[in-house]
Amino acid sequence: MPRLSIWLIRAALIYLLLGFTVGGLLLWHKGLPLNPALWRLLPAHMEFLLMGWIVHLVMGVAYWILPRFQTKRPLSALVWLSFCLLNGGIWLISISTFVAFAPTIQLVGRIAEVGAIMAFAVHAWPRIKPTSL
Amino acid sequence: MPFVTRYFIKTSLMFFVAALLCALLLVLRPFIVLPAFVVGLTPVYFHLFMVGWVTQIIIGVAFWMFPKFTKEQPRGSEMLAWSTYILLNTGLLLRAVAEPANAVQMWMGWGWLLALAALLQWLGGFAFVINTWPRIKER
Repeated sequence: MPRLSIWLIRAALIYLLLGFTVGGLLLWHKGLPLNPALWRLLPAHMEFLLMGWIVHLVMGVAYWILPRFQTKRPLSALVWLSFCLLNGGIWLISISTFVAFAPTIQLVGRIAEVGAIMAFAVHAWPRIKPTSL
Repeated sequence: MPFVTRYFIKTSLMFFVAALLCALLLVLRPFIVLPAFVVGLTPVYFHLFMVGWVTQIIIGVAFWMFPKFTKEQPRGSEMLAWSTYILLNTGLLLRAVAEPANAVQMWMGWGWLLALAALLQWLGGFAFVINTWPRIKER
């Protein structure tokens, strides 16, 4: 497994734990109330599990498994860029409910995530091909 | 395909069907009179889909396909894999029952069952990560 996939998949596992921890607290609070302020963590719960767990895992496995050019995975720098932008976006959106200017922070977070996915798509596009090429 | 992976994948398919049945009940509400608990099905639908179906099929396939841990124990700990299966599914089923019931019925027991569901699912996720982490490596 290439190093970049290791980073992406391990990040996915960390986000799975974070997302399950926040989700567990929210579900516990639904049954046995702890603190109403916990609901401010709902965007973080969704972001950690959808973009953090699922998207990181898919990107990590795709980078590892998609057909290569001879032995090379081209444009790998774009996947590193995607990894950085995606994490920036996830954390900006997750903290937005705790800071001032939430709509602006969320906008910047989503722009970072769109950039991340575009960078990954540009990397992956030429690799979607018959294995013999 | 390992035995536990078959359990994960077949259970995930059942949750997929259950999630979409919940979605069907939710959109039927304006057309027919349904029991009051249906109101509480929105988060259940979403979690049956994302945890029961998507996450569970990923866990099953990851246990099967990720790089080998060692020659002797290629897939890590079977016991941790079964623990993940039991904890995650018991927690999710408990949630699917207790959450809609808690929304319509004032009984303290539903609250305790929801807390237990939260704890079981969290432990299930934790067991999966512990078993999978050492398999994410270069050759």
